[in-house]
Amino acid sequence: MWDYTEKVKDHFLNPRNVGEIEDPDGAGEVGSLACGDALRLTFKLDEKKRIKDVKFKTFGCASAIASSSALTEIIKGKTLEEAARVTNQDIANYLGGLPEEKMHCSVMGREALEAAIANFHGQKITKEDFEVICNCFGVTDREIIKAVRENNLKTVEQVTYYTKAGGGCGQCHPKIEAIIEKVRKEMEKEAPPPKPEKKKLTNIQRIKLIEETLGREIIPALKADGGDLDLVDIEGNKVLVALRGKCSFCPSSEFTLKQYVESKLREFVSDDIEVEEVRP
Amino acid sequence: MKTVYVDNNATTKVAPEVLEVMVPFFSEYYGNPSSMHFFGGQVQKKVDEARGKVAEFLGAEPSEIIFTSCGTESDNAAILGTLDSYPEKRHIITTRVEHPAVGNVSTYLGRKGYRITELSVDREGRLDLDELRESLADETALVTLMYANNETGVIFPVEEVGEIVKARGIPFHTDAVQAAGKIPLQMKKSKLDLLSLSGHKLHAPKGIGVLYIRKGTKFSPFLIGGHQEKGRRGGTENVPYIIGLGKACELAQKHLNEENTKVRSLRDYLETKLLERIPNTLVNGERKNRLPNTTSLSFEFVEGESILLLLSDLGICASSGSACTSGSLEPSHVLRAMGVPFTAAHGSIRFSLSIYNTKEEMDYIIEQLPPIIQRLRDISPFWKDYLRAQGRA
Repeated sequence: MWDYTEKVKDHFLNPRNVGEIEDPDGAGEVGSLACGDALRLTFKLDEKKRIKDVKFKTFGCASAIASSSALTEIIKGKTLEEAARVTNQDIANYLGGLPEEKMHCSVMGREALEAAIANFHGQKITKEDFEVICNCFGVTDREIIKAVRENNLKTVEQVTYYTKAGGGCGQCHPKIEAIIEKVRKEMEKEAPPPKPEKKKLTNIQRIKLIEETLGREIIPALKADGGDLDLVDIEGNKVLVALRGKCSFCPSSEFTLKQYVESKLREFVSDDIEVEEVRP
Repeated sequence: MKTVYVDNNATTKVAPEVLEVMVPFFSEYYGNPSSMHFFGGQVQKKVDEARGKVAEFLGAEPSEIIFTSCGTESDNAAILGTLDSYPEKRHIITTRVEHPAVGNVSTYLGRKGYRITELSVDREGRLDLDELRESLADETALVTLMYANNETGVIFPVEEVGEIVKARGIPFHTDAVQAAGKIPLQMKKSKLDLLSLSGHKLHAPKGIGVLYIRKGTKFSPFLIGGHQEKGRRGGTENVPYIIGLGKACELAQKHLNEENTKVRSLRDYLETKLLERIPNTLVNGERKNRLPNTTSLSFEFVEGESILLLLSDLGICASSGSACTSGSLEPSHVLRAMGVPFTAAHGSIRFSLSIYNTKEEMDYIIEQLPPIIQRLRDISPFWKDYLRAQGRA
């Protein structure tokens, strides 16, 4: 049995925004019956050019339905420019994570959104413009490159989990491997040079820097999602915090703490920082 | 929430009578059957009795019964143990719809340089015996094919196959894991040389299997070790489970008739009602020649995992041949081999019953499933398209 989060189960059992908008401003459809999942997304804009209404219809497994439902909730109220920046990772994060084998469901959401936005602009993303790498599932090099870049993928297996490419007969595995290698080389070149070694800090400097980083980098981001965080204490490299607001009961708070708060503090203060939550 | 368990091709409930006879062999009678003292000797006697019951169930001699750890081990031992006895023969015939315990062994052997012939099946899941006849060769070391399919329940004409294969003097194995307890088996009258079965599919616990080897069949042990099982399978006997399996075979023999009357009529009732109440539903596999307990249904335009999870939410335990349930991306190899169209293959659900199921449980499924399918079809983009194309919306 899949280990789905409560949020995935909720969006599967009670999907939001199911349906099709008549006469939509934008419509996108990806997937097919043969592939085992498909998503049809339609939206309408308000006078301020924000997404006023968005609906989906999905054929697929529980995580495909949940990802579609999550996508509609994420993009509602956004401008198309804002919506275009939504990644598959955002969809997965919104659901508190997806099993890695099911990440292609979040990618399908992002692709449908892209297709719908293109449709609004009177364009069409066609497979003919790109090389089809995986014939079993009709996946193009463009989709694979995008998934590798956005999700920092390293192996063929991961590419299959995220795009389905290579999940059928397996004949395209060497081609996928070549794409991964090429994209990763490009990514390395683009990446900024490694930061200089962080200075050794005195205790007082360290505490000050932690406070500054929390105030400047971390708390505003949490507040944007309706959450908050208090610094409780600092013991050597251990930073004790209490989550407030929405964060305090969010099922993905553990993820936020480790993947976001801790990694930011490591980036700006010191590599050995460990963040722990103190429950009231 | 009540649990309605209709996934008996995956595993079955241990019969209370089976559990009861096993318990003393965990506590009081823990001796090693190979020991010289009375304490081990009394256990040996019980193991022999259990072997006798299994032999009777299969219509075989006790000396032809080897206890293994599971159906997969029995299949592996049968295939590899036979090939080892005919090192000069490098060809195996099997089918495209085998369980992985056979299918993946033949893939492995293919990589090792064996020539593998995988017989195809038709849309109903049936073999073409002419294809088999044409495939037999002097270098064929083994023909291995399942007795009944775990996903569809379709029964292969094993004895007819046996006639053809044995006329050429080629060893013949069957995986009867799903058939045992549902179809009468009489090894004395059979053409089979080797047969695998698994305890937990017939109300014994997980962790015990049987390999039947006809007297005089060439066989090299798969597990090399002590003298147990006459040197054909090393390892101290799993005594409590052997005792349990003996009892389970005795019960299976007794219930064979019930499987073919009560269980069959419950299955037919469930299937008929679901076909009546849910449009665009197909039965996968030949309906006539099928295990009495199995039905594989495909609901067009919806996906199996979603159906299973909604059923599970209501306490109903079934399984699916859809891609998503297994973590693979393609629907089951069985449905693909049969050429079930994609509109249906992704939405397949298997119900497999046992003698413990009741009519009330079938009624519960018949009541709960139609709204689930409707709900998923309402979410599916293809359903409305389909109705529109049919001029119904």
